[in-house]
Amino acid sequence: MIKIKKFFSNLYKKSAFQTIITSIGCALIGLIVGFIALAIINPGASWEGFKTMSLGFLKVPVKYDMRTEALAKTITRTAPLIVAGVAILFAYKAGLFNIGASGQYTMGVLASLFCAYIWNMPWYVCIVAAILAGALWGAIAGFLKAFLNVNEVISGIMLNWIGLYLSSMIIKGQEKMWWKTLSKCYDLKNVNANALLPNCGLDKLFADYQYITIGVFIALFVSLFMYILLEKTTFGYEIKATGFNKNAARYAGMKEKKNIVITLAISGALAGLAAPLLYLTGIEPWECPASVPAMGFDGISAAFLGGLNPIGTIFSSFFITHISIGGSRLDTSFYTPEIAKIVTSLIIYLCAFVLFVKDKLNKRVLDSEKALVNKKIEVKEENNSDNKEEIKVNEKEENIQSTTDNSVEDKVEVK
Amino acid sequence: MVLLLQYTLIYASVLAVVAIGGMFSERSGVINLGLEGCMVIGALCGALVMNFLPDSTGAFLTVFLTILASIVGGIIYSFMLSVAAITFKADQTITGTAMNILAPAIATVIVKSITLNTGEKKATPYLYYINAHDKFIISIGKFELNWFMIMMVVVVLLAFFVLYKTRFGLRIMSCGEHPQASASNGINVIKMRYIGVMISGALAGLGGIAFINSATSSWPFDAGVLGFGFLSLAVMIFGKWKPLNIFYGALLFGLFRALGNVYTGFDFLANLKINAIIYSMLPYIVCLVVLMISSKNSRAPKAEGIPYDKGMR
Repeated sequence: MIKIKKFFSNLYKKSAFQTIITSIGCALIGLIVGFIALAIINPGASWEGFKTMSLGFLKVPVKYDMRTEALAKTITRTAPLIVAGVAILFAYKAGLFNIGASGQYTMGVLASLFCAYIWNMPWYVCIVAAILAGALWGAIAGFLKAFLNVNEVISGIMLNWIGLYLSSMIIKGQEKMWWKTLSKCYDLKNVNANALLPNCGLDKLFADYQYITIGVFIALFVSLFMYILLEKTTFGYEIKATGFNKNAARYAGMKEKKNIVITLAISGALAGLAAPLLYLTGIEPWECPASVPAMGFDGISAAFLGGLNPIGTIFSSFFITHISIGGSRLDTSFYTPEIAKIVTSLIIYLCAFVLFVKDKLNKRVLDSEKALVNKKIEVKEENNSDNKEEIKVNEKEENIQSTTDNSVEDKVEVK
Repeated sequence: MVLLLQYTLIYASVLAVVAIGGMFSERSGVINLGLEGCMVIGALCGALVMNFLPDSTGAFLTVFLTILASIVGGIIYSFMLSVAAITFKADQTITGTAMNILAPAIATVIVKSITLNTGEKKATPYLYYINAHDKFIISIGKFELNWFMIMMVVVVLLAFFVLYKTRFGLRIMSCGEHPQASASNGINVIKMRYIGVMISGALAGLGGIAFINSATSSWPFDAGVLGFGFLSLAVMIFGKWKPLNIFYGALLFGLFRALGNVYTGFDFLANLKINAIIYSMLPYIVCLVVLMISSKNSRAPKAEGIPYDKGMR
């Protein structure tokens, strides 16, 4: 019994475990609210609707490989979201909230599609162009933040709108790209098939679903790469140090202003990379939307739900895509697909409480350990204890010390 | 020219009212990035009232009920921020962002569900209110005076008076500068911050209905309020967190926004043959430039964005 208790209290202490628990909690509460929304709009169809939204591809019949195709679709759409999520979390680790990711993504769309449609470039050139365009857009926000003290959130929003209008202006002006009658871009397949990302046989794995490409591997590689960059390199350490305490970082000789610009440029590059991973698969043409694309904001959900960890972002991105696609399958005679958006945005809101929950968890562990020590002391007094037990108590106290240290470290991580 | 003045005043009234809301929140020590979301919800509540009120309702009653609904909607939505940021000490940036994304989603779902239930085949995010819309306008010759323009002047003057001439205003300001010091003087910091955020929610709701009511008789709620919440925050920074400066800033921004609506009326502008999209971009570019100039020496309230901790020195 005590062993089990101890096992759990040890598990509680682990930061990774806490993160997973809180993330699952956020997702569950989000889903419950989604269900309530469905029930308010139409009680009769709500349970069926909830199953459609939350089960996603699992609810598609297995017949004719339809379920495999649905899974492949989810994976294809997850890939860009992973990259966008990593973009957000990378900047957040440096204490910067890159809400401009949507704008950097739009610039990525503009650059990659321009290369693909107008200059007939192969796909890898388009990807590089998207990365550069995103990095440029991110670096502008970084420059304004570092040298002119402009709040990166507000400048990011402004750059989102400027980027959106700029891309619409340029794309709508190109007859080779813009299909005026349908008000969207032409199918890339018919214009420049070289610009489509290669399949590398992946489609064979997924019942000949043609849109699944190496974009998936690129996304996985990026998240792994960023994990190593953040956790194992000096540069990653500097980034995190700057995020935790700007002044201390400066005092330690880190070039804080340069780091801000570089961080936002890298974050922008990643957000830009998300664009070709979606629009060079041919899954849908770019339509020049009237408002800022949701990719950057979904990236925020993915980053926070993933516990601000590049690997966790892979899973959270899959979940968010899963819910969004599930939402789009809702019966439109009762419901609208935006209900899925309520769920994902609520998840961001709940993630803001994560620090609070983690503090409570740590406090609980501390309290229970304190109680354990007190008990030991009582036992000791009763038994006229010998030295051995005293040492044990000391060990316990040291343990408590280490748990408090742990919680401090957690704060560093979360910051 | 009359048209330019009219549109300038319309957009300025939106920006000024919302920016002053943001100012109250920040002066109390809470950054309300969720202004955009509060605007959307306020606009939604007001538009719903305008949509559902029978046409025979008197002009004054329509205006009163619409504005009341928007303000109440804005206040209720702002509780999402105050509960998270003040009581639970959550990150204000994340909370505000979540509110901004959530609000258009809620609004779209509600509006689309209503259009579905009224028997339309396809759900649209548009809400129509053309009859009620006209009741907000008093024509003086060619110039259409909007109720919200009067409201702007009232809000600016009231904000100036409340902030600088009343005990309440001075207390709110102290909570944004040094909350521990205010607490030591017996001020309830938590309560003050709640009130600050509530005021911002109320004014954002008012600004939201003013915005969607300004130029059109229907509004697509999936577009939110086109970043006007953030433009207002920029106006607030430009106005150095002071009501009168905010008013001037709002007039300047309103002018640039209005140019996009009426540039075809000016021969020399129409002759330039600039792409219409450039004019849509203009307010955001101007905003960025203004922020570049004014942020370097910004004097934000010292304690803004930092959760109140009694024990901190």
